[in-house]
Amino acid sequence: MSKYSMHLLVCGGTSCHSSESDAIVCNLRDELEAKGLMDSVQVILTGCFGFCEKGPIVKVMPDNTIYVQVKPEDAQTIVEEHVIKGRKVTRLLYKDPVTKESISDSKHMGFFKKQLRIVLRNCGFINPENIDEYIARDGYQALGKVLTAMTPEEVIKEVKDSGQRGRGGAGFSTGLKWELARKNQSDEKYVVCNADEGDPGAFMDRSVLEGDPHSVLEAMAICGYSIGADNGLIYIRAEYPLAIERLKIAINQAREYGLLGNNIFGTGFNFDITLRYGAGAFVCGEETALIHSMEGLRGEPTVKPPFPAEAGYNGKPTNVNNVETFAAIPAIILKGAKWFSSIGTVKSRGTKVFALAGKINNVGLIEVPMGTTLREVIFEIGGGIRNGKKFKGIQTGGPSGGCLSEKHLDTPIDFDNLIAAGSIMGSGAMIVLDEDDCMVSMAKFFLEFTVEESCGKCAPCRIGNKRLHELLGQICEGKGTLADLDRLKNMSVVIKDTALCGLGQTSPNPVLSMMDNYYDEYVAHVTDKKCPAGQCKSLLEYVVNAENCVGCTACARVCPVNAISGERKEVHHIDPSICIKCGACMEKCKFDAIFIR
Amino acid sequence: MSKITSLADLKKKREELKSGLGIRTKAIDPENVVQMKVAMATCGIASGARTIMEFFSEQLERRNVAAVVTQTGCMGYCYAEPTIEVKLPGQDPVVFGFVDLKRADQIIEKYIKTGELVDGIIPVNYQTIDLNV
Repeated sequence: MSKYSMHLLVCGGTSCHSSESDAIVCNLRDELEAKGLMDSVQVILTGCFGFCEKGPIVKVMPDNTIYVQVKPEDAQTIVEEHVIKGRKVTRLLYKDPVTKESISDSKHMGFFKKQLRIVLRNCGFINPENIDEYIARDGYQALGKVLTAMTPEEVIKEVKDSGQRGRGGAGFSTGLKWELARKNQSDEKYVVCNADEGDPGAFMDRSVLEGDPHSVLEAMAICGYSIGADNGLIYIRAEYPLAIERLKIAINQAREYGLLGNNIFGTGFNFDITLRYGAGAFVCGEETALIHSMEGLRGEPTVKPPFPAEAGYNGKPTNVNNVETFAAIPAIILKGAKWFSSIGTVKSRGTKVFALAGKINNVGLIEVPMGTTLREVIFEIGGGIRNGKKFKGIQTGGPSGGCLSEKHLDTPIDFDNLIAAGSIMGSGAMIVLDEDDCMVSMAKFFLEFTVEESCGKCAPCRIGNKRLHELLGQICEGKGTLADLDRLKNMSVVIKDTALCGLGQTSPNPVLSMMDNYYDEYVAHVTDKKCPAGQCKSLLEYVVNAENCVGCTACARVCPVNAISGERKEVHHIDPSICIKCGACMEKCKFDAIFIR
Repeated sequence: MSKITSLADLKKKREELKSGLGIRTKAIDPENVVQMKVAMATCGIASGARTIMEFFSEQLERRNVAAVVTQTGCMGYCYAEPTIEVKLPGQDPVVFGFVDLKRADQIIEKYIKTGELVDGIIPVNYQTIDLNV
């Protein structure tokens, strides 16, 4: 059908683009033209391969050969050797860093195995609104296996042995949690799915629910069987209308097939799931607050113990797990604890889904084995920093997490390593910051969020965070002192130690980690009254460069507060006491005569 | 829909479905038609995936291309939405990103009709587990 027998795919991602992939395309086309092959070989620019470290990349199809670090002048060799004679150009092949052997087929390159999809196995593959596609992908087989061939104790043991830890953020052993809920005797128990994803920049749970809702339903039923519950509740925020819609469709389809409801698979096991909507309060991601919200009470946390496993929803034993935790369960049951625990690090097994956001080229949803380094995530999968800027930091764990700097780039990501580095895993939001981001403003931004979301029940969180936020505001305005930095630190520690729930106990984390890693920047704000990143408006000064200024008066005319004076054809001057730092003059100036000091 | 009353029932159903994966309704051999998936999570829809999906459903029929267009969840390439996956008969699936109406038209005219690739291909950089039991 195709008139082309061969395709040459050239990476056109930002990084390869800047290393002349355009010229490679031109040269390849010229070469093919010269050899009269334009009609049978097509050259095409693609999106990022993610292999930026070894870019530019040229991939030859259909034989899947990958050439790395290709230069424009290599075009001739590729055409003459590979295209015409069918011989691979060995010197351009990727060499395995360990064995030093050349690898030509991309399927065998370790790099392309960096991402492993367990939780996202069906996401972007099946139609989420069609249960048949889920079943065709071995859906509900795990539930069938559990109900017909395993005792609840065996299921719990399997989950425990898998080493899976809760993906909501705290990293508590899933199997242990189930075991505790099983041990507490009661006439009624509940399985709750926490879909109250609240971290700014996080969209892992939403994507799973929108892309593969049945995996969560199936896992909840498995959990119900294990702990002895026949009721499941999904607490989902009302801001996720599409996820809610798809869950409703999925629940109805599962009921029609008898995969939810009474006497599932004829085993006498009953389990049904209903939805509960949250109003999008961050604190309701905390399990006790979540349960109170479901009960119709204020979404406020209570002191643990009692844990939900003892007295949760309606005072009955309740097991709360996160969406991502559930979505991996069917895979653990079918492929076994041994398989799951072979992936990841010793203390953090399996994979983790991350939402990559911020100043990164390939914003997206990724899933990597635990133990992958931040460098791999940012520079290989994420395609590096946008606009060729310099990497500055990465906020993991949302507003409860910390900001890690360049020195942490080679840290293997797992629960314990991130804590040791001064951050947390959290739910998996990763916000990448570049050189233009001010670490004081950033800390203030996250504090603003926690101040807004604090439920107000305990004083450290209600008052302490407010004070932290005020202090950071003063520092941004150039009104801070060195003593304020000490105050920031001390207050943060007190809030961490005394707040009632996870929200307050973690809210000072961004401040602490940013002060730890970027202390100089904080000092610059208070002693030099400068913002090195050029973000804090109050600390900026717009100045005219006398050498470049031609006196065209364009800046004076555009200034909204008449802060610029000067005669025509003479050097102009900006009065800092009037200037409101709007930047209009700098934008207008055609001679690069205005700069920020 | 009939109830699935035993695990054996489910297994039987899975085998029936595996061959078709959601295409049975058209009663055509899935291996001989163009299979297209449009990533329709919130991010995709917000970037215009719905318009793209409607365009493909309408135009493929109008241009006499035997094809099945379905929706799917997030493929993970949020930076390149809307994204679609096209599988031509007997070939590996190809993912295209940044699909606007112009590119959608090119995809039908060039890739689907003549096998000529168009810009915007997203190389797949992950592996997925197979639950196969």
